Amino acid sequence: MRAYDSRGKEPEFKIVINGILVISLLVVLFPFLYVLMTSFAPREEILTRGFFLIPHQWTLNAYGYLISSDQFVGSFKNAITITVFGTIVNMVFTSLMAYGLSKPWLNGRRVLNFMVLFTMLFNGGIIPTYLVVKDMHLLNSFWALFLTGAIAPFHLIVLRSFFQNIPIELEESGRIDGCSELRLFWQIILPLSMPAIATFTLFYAVQNWNSYFNAVLYLNDSAKWPLQVFLRQMMNEGNTSLENMTTEYQYSPAVKMAAIVLTALPLLVIYPFLQKYFNKGMLMGSVKG
Amino acid sequence: MYLMILPGFLFFLIFKYVPMGGLMIAFQEYDPFDGFTGSPWVGFDNFQRLFTDPDFWTLLGNTLMLSGLNLFLFFPAPILFAVLLNEVGKAWFRRTVQTIIYMPHFLSWVIVVSITVVLFATQDGGINNLLSSMGYDRIELMTNPHYFRFLYVAQNIWKETGWNAIIFLAALAAIDPTLYEAAVVDGANRWKQVWHITLPALKSTIIIMFILRLGQVMELGFEHILLLQNPVNLSVADVFDTYVYRTGVLQGNFSYSTAVGIFKSVIGLVLIVVANRMAKAFGQEGVY
Repeated sequence: MRAYDSRGKEPEFKIVINGILVISLLVVLFPFLYVLMTSFAPREEILTRGFFLIPHQWTLNAYGYLISSDQFVGSFKNAITITVFGTIVNMVFTSLMAYGLSKPWLNGRRVLNFMVLFTMLFNGGIIPTYLVVKDMHLLNSFWALFLTGAIAPFHLIVLRSFFQNIPIELEESGRIDGCSELRLFWQIILPLSMPAIATFTLFYAVQNWNSYFNAVLYLNDSAKWPLQVFLRQMMNEGNTSLENMTTEYQYSPAVKMAAIVLTALPLLVIYPFLQKYFNKGMLMGSVKG
Repeated sequence: MYLMILPGFLFFLIFKYVPMGGLMIAFQEYDPFDGFTGSPWVGFDNFQRLFTDPDFWTLLGNTLMLSGLNLFLFFPAPILFAVLLNEVGKAWFRRTVQTIIYMPHFLSWVIVVSITVVLFATQDGGINNLLSSMGYDRIELMTNPHYFRFLYVAQNIWKETGWNAIIFLAALAAIDPTLYEAAVVDGANRWKQVWHITLPALKSTIIIMFILRLGQVMELGFEHILLLQNPVNLSVADVFDTYVYRTGVLQGNFSYSTAVGIFKSVIGLVLIVVANRMAKAFGQEGVY
C-alpha cells in the first residue's frame, strides 16, 4: 500500500472524497435495503404506511406465498436447470475449443480464430438466428438456450490465451507416455487451469441465471419459463393497468419484493467467490494472445 | 484434436454463420410457409422501405441521443469513481466500497428494472409514497416519456460504474509513487496532485476507452431498453434492436426486420473497425 498520508493531510479534501464515496454507497445500497425490508412487511402495512425502511411487524408471509406458488417454484426449478446444464454445455464447448485453438501446430488455426473473432464484430441478428432455431425444431426446448449461447467468443479467446501460457514441456512428457489428447487435456491441462476454469464457470453461470430475453424468444410454453421471466411478468401486471386503474393485483407488494430478493439471492450468495476471481479474469482478459 | 474443436466449430457454423447466410431473406419477401427457397426475391425493396419510413429517423435519433448521453454522462462516471477511490488511504474502506459498488454489475436487467419499479411506480412505489407523504407530487418516472432518457442513463451508471472502473483502477495502480512524493516536496496540495499526476496518468486509458466506446454507438443494451419500454414511451425509447424484435418476431415481418437488423449491424461493424484502427494508432504513437 502506498503511503497516502505522506501526500498531505488535508481534512477538507478527505471530507469531500469520503463524502462522495459514502453517498454513492448509500445510493447503491438503499434500493436493496428497501426491497429486502419491505419483503418482510405484511400487506396492510405496505398499503397504509407508504414508505418505510423498518417494518413495525415482521412476517414471512410473502415468502410463504411464493414457496407455495406452483408458478414460482416451477420457474425457480427451470432457472436452476438452465443454469446448471447451460453452464456445463458452455464449459465443455468453450474449453475444448479453446484448448484446440491454443495449439500452434493445429492446421487451419488462423482461419478458425478469425471465424471466432468475426462473430464478435458481426452477426446474423435476432431474426435469422430465430429462424435457424425454429428450423431445427428447438423452439420451446431448453436446448435452444443451451446451444445458441454455447460459446461466448470473448471467454473463448481469453481461455485460449490462458492455455497457450501453459509450458509445452508438460504435455510433451504426457504425449511421450502415450497419453491421448483428451486424456492429456483432462488430466494435465484442466487441473493446471482450475482458476481460469472456475472464473469462466462462474461468469457463465451468472449469465445463464440472468438470461431473460432468450427465454422469452425461444420458450413459448410458460411452464418452461425461468425465474427472470416470471419476475418480469409479475412486475408488469402493475404497468399494464394504465388504462384501467381498478385492476385487482394478483400479487401484493410484499410478494413482489420477496420475488426480487429470491431472484437476486443466488447471485449474492456466489458473489464473494465471483469477486475472488473476477479481478484475475479481468487481468487475463487484458493480455490477449 | 479436431474432435475436440468440433462441437465449438459446429456451434459457430450453425448458430453464427448459417444465420449470417440467413440475412439473405432481407432481399426476399420471406414467407415462413414457402421457406427460404420458395420466397420471392425483391432486391433492395426492404431497405428502400426502411429509409423512407418515418420510423427510421426516430430510431436513428433515439440511438444517437442515448449513445450521446452514455458517452457524456455514463462514460466519465467510472473515471471519477476510480480517481476518488485512489485517494482513499484506508485499505478496509477501499475494499468495502469496491465490494459494494461492483455488485450491481452481476444483477440482471430484470432485477434492476424491477427494483426501479417498486421504488418509483407512480401509484405505489416507495419513493413516490415518500414524496406524496411529504406533500410533493408523484413523479411518473417509469411512464412519462420525458424521464426515459434520464432513467436509462441513471440505471447504467448505477449498475456498471464500479465494474467499468476496474480498468481505470488498474491504470492508477501503475502510477509511480515517487511522482506524488516529488509533488509534495514541490508544495502541491492534494487537489493539485490529482490534477497534475493522477489525471494525466489516466489520459491514454481514457482516450482508448473513449474511442472503443465510440465503436459501440449502436449497442445500447437491448434487454435493458426492451424492459424499460412501454406503449407510452416508445417515441423516445425505440431503437433498432427493439424495433427488429417488435416488427420481426412479434409482427412477423421477417424480411423487413432483417433488413433493419442488417443496416444496424453494418453500421456497427464499420464503427468498430474504425474505432479499433484509431485505438491502435493511439497505442502505437506511444502513451503520453
